[in-house]
Amino acid sequence: MNFNEIQELIKLIGKSNLTEFKLKDKDFEVQIRTDKFVKNGVQTIVTAAPQMQVAAPQAAPAPMAATAPTKADGGTEAPAAAPQGKNLIEIKSPIVGTFYRSSGPDKPPFTKVGDQVKKGDVVCIIEAMKLFNEIESDATGTIVKVCVEDASPVEYDQVLFLVEA
Amino acid sequence: MFNKILIANRGEIALRVIRTCKEMGIKTVAIYSKADAESLHVRFADEAVCIGPAASSESYLNIPRIMAAVEITNADAIHPGYGFLSENANFSEICRQSGVKFIGPSPEMIAKMGDKVTAKDTMIKAGVPVVPGSEGLLKDVKQGIKIANQIGYPVIIKATAGGGGKGMRIIYKDEEFEAAWDSARKEAKASFSNDGIYVEKYVEEPRHIEFQIVGDQYGNVCHLSERDCSIQRRHQKLVEESPSPFMTPELREKMGEAAVKAGKSINYEGVGTIEFLVDKYRNFYFMEMNTRIQVEHPVTEEVIDRDLIKEQIKVAAGIPISGQNYYPSLHAMECRINAEDVLNGFRPSPGKITSFHSPKGHGVRVDTHVYAGYTVPPFYDSMIAKLICKAQTREECIKKMQRALDEFIIEGIKTTVPFHKALMRDEAFKEGNFNTAFMNTFDMDNCKE
Repeated sequence: MNFNEIQELIKLIGKSNLTEFKLKDKDFEVQIRTDKFVKNGVQTIVTAAPQMQVAAPQAAPAPMAATAPTKADGGTEAPAAAPQGKNLIEIKSPIVGTFYRSSGPDKPPFTKVGDQVKKGDVVCIIEAMKLFNEIESDATGTIVKVCVEDASPVEYDQVLFLVEA
Repeated sequence: MFNKILIANRGEIALRVIRTCKEMGIKTVAIYSKADAESLHVRFADEAVCIGPAASSESYLNIPRIMAAVEITNADAIHPGYGFLSENANFSEICRQSGVKFIGPSPEMIAKMGDKVTAKDTMIKAGVPVVPGSEGLLKDVKQGIKIANQIGYPVIIKATAGGGGKGMRIIYKDEEFEAAWDSARKEAKASFSNDGIYVEKYVEEPRHIEFQIVGDQYGNVCHLSERDCSIQRRHQKLVEESPSPFMTPELREKMGEAAVKAGKSINYEGVGTIEFLVDKYRNFYFMEMNTRIQVEHPVTEEVIDRDLIKEQIKVAAGIPISGQNYYPSLHAMECRINAEDVLNGFRPSPGKITSFHSPKGHGVRVDTHVYAGYTVPPFYDSMIAKLICKAQTREECIKKMQRALDEFIIEGIKTTVPFHKALMRDEAFKEGNFNTAFMNTFDMDNCKE
């Protein structure tokens, strides 16, 4: 399988309703798992939902409070999985769409971990309804984390990159 | 049947739609603004997509963002709820072009009924009684005065693109016409970017009685009887009930027939409501048509025992209706519970709900998206719950509503519960003796507890 085929496969799985896909081909194996929009990326929330219906009216549903570190809420918390304690700036998605790291399947990514970025540099593309929007960094510094996988759907304010100023 | 429905709305109606979809085995996608991240509809949906900041223009009214969410979740249908984009012909058109089924009428049907002058014209051609008035927009004051004298004062001038009580003026004599005309046009231009005005007879102290209709994709239209929504404040409904205490079987037949005619005249698909004004002689006149599901739909659901959201989805999926009309077999009433301070001019009262206990028991239904610990955001409308009661008779329904309101505990914000308690004690209301002018003389001191 070449890179293009893998990219196409990822897109196909992403568009389907599958949450997990495994393929073995001679000496090559690929496993794809999608979280889609099942409650901010934490899959278990789906099964927890029926219990939620009983609990919800009286108390603020507790499980939601402990969800995935990538939940964007104004960028004041440093996500648990990322490097600790530094001055981390979140680059968040301004739109809803599909996140791409490069401008084409055989093009290099706009940015990767360790790269220096300055404000205004294009860091990724988000595609919505056949329109490809170049997303610019609003921070200057070093990319320390890429928070979204290539060709995955993103929502408004979803954290895309972490930049250390 | 649809595989996945995206609900392009929020609050209690989003939750309402999600519940029915779950029962039908249809997957659901909730969209939400940042301000609604903790809302129940987000929790109950199978998938949820944040589409923008709090402002409606950048979230619930933003067509590109909503369509992007449809694209990445692969929803095959959109339920627009009520308000927001539910009666936006452009949105219905974009859905059609994008190959996503808009659960509601076509852009053409919405456009026909959205413009008041065109709607009235369509009704006249269909043989539905309308309030006498100008045929089309008024050219000038002179023409207005001429027509006013033909149909008889008092008259009301209205903005053709209007709603919510704006761009309207009541005129009692020729001398008042010019000033009213200038003022109404200015207001209409500012509110709707359209200063088109028409005139009609002002039906004094009418009752607002609306008929629920359902139309399928095959030209069948039926009615589900009436709801009386005369208790209104500034053209906003406070309480609705079915059957109307003013209704007779004969009047219901005539109005029902007119409502079905109205629906058939535009080949209506979906659920809709024909609003009529009824004067004290039981003459009825078409006022307008709402081409969407309405806030007060549970009132009809309770008296005919049907799930209207389910019917709406079935019709959108191409399932035909039987064509049979439905009549109320019980009495039901709905109180809209808003986050408002009734003793201070119904001023909005957003904030954190610290304690929430909704009434329960036989004949009590509460449709709500709030819970203890939830913060009511200041960006959207103030309705936080609908309390619906049903019983064998109107009298028992009112008693049940009184009992339920006594049980309703909402702390941390002000709500309209005290108003509804006072209303349920009001003699004129209990006798069924009211019209749309009722709130003009209601003594708000009765709401003090």
